[in-house]
Amino acid sequence: MTKLVDMSGIEKHFPGVHALKSVQFDLVPGEVHALMGENGAGKSTLMKILSGIYQRDGGTLQIEGRDANPTSPREAQALGIGIIHQELSLMNDLTVAQNIFIGREPRKRFGRLNDVALNAQTAEIFASMNLSLDPRAQVGSLTIAKQQMVEIAKALSFRSRVLIMDEPTAALNDAEIAELFVIIRRLKAEGVGIVYISHKMDELKQIADRVTVMRDGEYVGTVDAAATPISQIIAMMVGREVKEEPLVPPDLSDAEVSLEVTGLCRGHEIRDVSFSVLKGEILGFAGLMGAGRTEVARAIFGADPKDSGEIRVHGQVVSIRTPSDAVKAGIGYLSEDRKHFGLATGMSVRDNVALASMDMFTGRVGVLNDGEISTTAKGYITQLGIRTPSDTQEVRLLSGGNQQKVVIAKWLLRDCDILIFDEPTRGIDVGAKSEIYKLLEELAGQGKTIIVISSELPEIMRLSHRIAVMCEGRLTGILAGGKYTTQEDIMHLATQRVAAMQVTGTAQ
Amino acid sequence: MTSATDIEKKTPLAGLSESGAYQKLLAFASLIALLIGFSIASPNFMQTSNMIAILQATSVNGVLAVAATLVIITGGIDLSVGTLMTFCAVIAGVVLTYLGMPLLLGVAAAIVAGAFCGLCSGTFVAKMKIPPFIATLGMMLILKGLSLVISGTRPIYFNDTPGFDQISRGSLIGEVFPALPIPNGVLILFLVAIAASYILGRTVLGRYTFALGSNEEAVRLSGVNTDLWKMRIYALAGGICGIGGILIASRLNSAQPALGLGYELEAIAAVVIGGTSLSGGRGTILGTLIGALIMAVLTNGLRVLSVAQEWQTVVTGAIIILAVYADMARRRKTG
Repeated sequence: MTKLVDMSGIEKHFPGVHALKSVQFDLVPGEVHALMGENGAGKSTLMKILSGIYQRDGGTLQIEGRDANPTSPREAQALGIGIIHQELSLMNDLTVAQNIFIGREPRKRFGRLNDVALNAQTAEIFASMNLSLDPRAQVGSLTIAKQQMVEIAKALSFRSRVLIMDEPTAALNDAEIAELFVIIRRLKAEGVGIVYISHKMDELKQIADRVTVMRDGEYVGTVDAAATPISQIIAMMVGREVKEEPLVPPDLSDAEVSLEVTGLCRGHEIRDVSFSVLKGEILGFAGLMGAGRTEVARAIFGADPKDSGEIRVHGQVVSIRTPSDAVKAGIGYLSEDRKHFGLATGMSVRDNVALASMDMFTGRVGVLNDGEISTTAKGYITQLGIRTPSDTQEVRLLSGGNQQKVVIAKWLLRDCDILIFDEPTRGIDVGAKSEIYKLLEELAGQGKTIIVISSELPEIMRLSHRIAVMCEGRLTGILAGGKYTTQEDIMHLATQRVAAMQVTGTAQ
Repeated sequence: MTSATDIEKKTPLAGLSESGAYQKLLAFASLIALLIGFSIASPNFMQTSNMIAILQATSVNGVLAVAATLVIITGGIDLSVGTLMTFCAVIAGVVLTYLGMPLLLGVAAAIVAGAFCGLCSGTFVAKMKIPPFIATLGMMLILKGLSLVISGTRPIYFNDTPGFDQISRGSLIGEVFPALPIPNGVLILFLVAIAASYILGRTVLGRYTFALGSNEEAVRLSGVNTDLWKMRIYALAGGICGIGGILIASRLNSAQPALGLGYELEAIAAVVIGGTSLSGGRGTILGTLIGALIMAVLTNGLRVLSVAQEWQTVVTGAIIILAVYADMARRRKTG
């Protein structure tokens, strides 16, 4: 049988990053081949090469036995490769049929649209998927699951033989997932090959035939989905080698509780999250993308509303409705997306350092003391080693690590006791990473309370005195930091979905 | 280490793009070119009296443009500056002519009314999250209507208030330097501009004005009450429109309730020509002043050359597009 896709020795470099190192992947007709790996393992990069979004730097790519080199998504489509991104790209105000045939609508003479043919052809595709959906329905009025079906139909309308699905169930509930799986099985039966990217272990067992695992841009192995225990797949994902000495958490048994969160809830995103952090402690928050960690941080900080939940700072209940309330209570939040949520990038280093503390530099009638702002900013530039030619340099011209230091300086100046770092080293190169780690440890040593959210397990292991793990909006456990906890332990908690837990419950 | 070299590489560009300095330079050069061009084309142009006429014509639009600049730097837009000016003029008329209050009270009433209306716009934008374009469009129509209602659609004259017309037409400078009879209206424009420049450059309000336009969410997440500051900026802009109302009323010695529509677009044009970015975060009062002067010089010069009124409008439109295109082209180059 000819393989639908055969990739081998795939290489990809980005500036400063070796993203794919001799990776292989193949797909035969009628199979669901799951592609697994931690965030940043290279799954998406590999699939972007297959679907023509990126060009490979080396290796071979064969599609149905022939060498192929798609240089654009359009060419990949012509080769029969369809991709359904995690973020659906549909136009909500158009109908289902208009979405599916966008850019290649059936026409009549003089460029008039042929709506009858449009809807008929759409109905045909739905019939082949055995899906009952009105081609004239407005996409925005459909459920996310149905919208996903529309995306699938759109991909199939290009006569795709290969369908890449990137976390298709991320936004679906259990009933909708079942619905999706029915469609996937039907496509399988018709000989379509499906690449299935997902973090959810229990889904693999239900839908996948084979599993390929990637780690740090490298191919780890391909195993049979049914015969391989989940623990082995997790072990493949996280790897065995521990590069650094395990962290020895300090003895904080006498430290006071500085932040206590009880019963934090919001919709499906945050479900009854309770935890506490001690003075001088670094609490890591681990979990997969979409587990709700950022949502928890933003809710505590007042950046997003919460349905319920109590927050105590140094034992006192505080009412936090806006970030300004949180800052008054001594809580600072450093977003993972510095450019959008952390910095006014068009402004100078010193203005960004002073952004949260302008009142310290304001005289009567609101006049600013720029000299003092400058002196203060220069102090932090020296203290944190921010590499910038001057304190008036625009922040957008600094490197990622130095931008992060500017944000840290902003909160240090504001003298916040509790600092929440969301992905503190995202987009920061390796050298600057260890500087940031050292800085966090120093801050904890000075008695600050630190919460670190990270999707990189080595980072969590490296920093955390205790590790809170989340999955689907719930806090699934808090583990001790240091040598007693393994990455596998964290992964088990991070993939503990509600459905999976119920199964375990009945078995006991 | 790479970061240090990166910075050195980028520094020369940083200097150029700093607060639209390049655009300001370009605008200033255009202004000089226009002045030279018109003086060559017509001997009547470079007369002191004509220069003063240009300045006088700049004063009202300049003041409104300063107000618009503040709002535009926050990333917003204010379409109500023109009708707000008229509304404030009418309020001054009511206080001075109908109620017979003293001059200063009338001036204060106009400015307070302006600030209050600005505060309303600011509340719609900040608290009710209505897009600034819509909020100030609504305000523009409300104020136009109210001006007509309050005045009974008739002009209110200030003949009973001695000295009112001197606010704009008199010349304090002329009394000291008889050779330079620059009208007070122009003096007031420059005072307003200096004050606004100071506020933008030296006060918290100004710093937050830029910060809001640069990245409002980052400012909010820094624990700043962004809503409150935004309302203050709109209120300040409204107060400046109140001063514009006094200026126009004084120049015409009457409050003309039907006036005002179209002034907002002229003001925004001056702001844009002056290099203030409509996407917010960047801009200067000096640039806006130059922009307003360019508009006035253009109108005046074309009139001196006896170009038809209709063509003057066409040329103004073309200049606006050119100015913004120059800014865009530069930004694409420097990234």
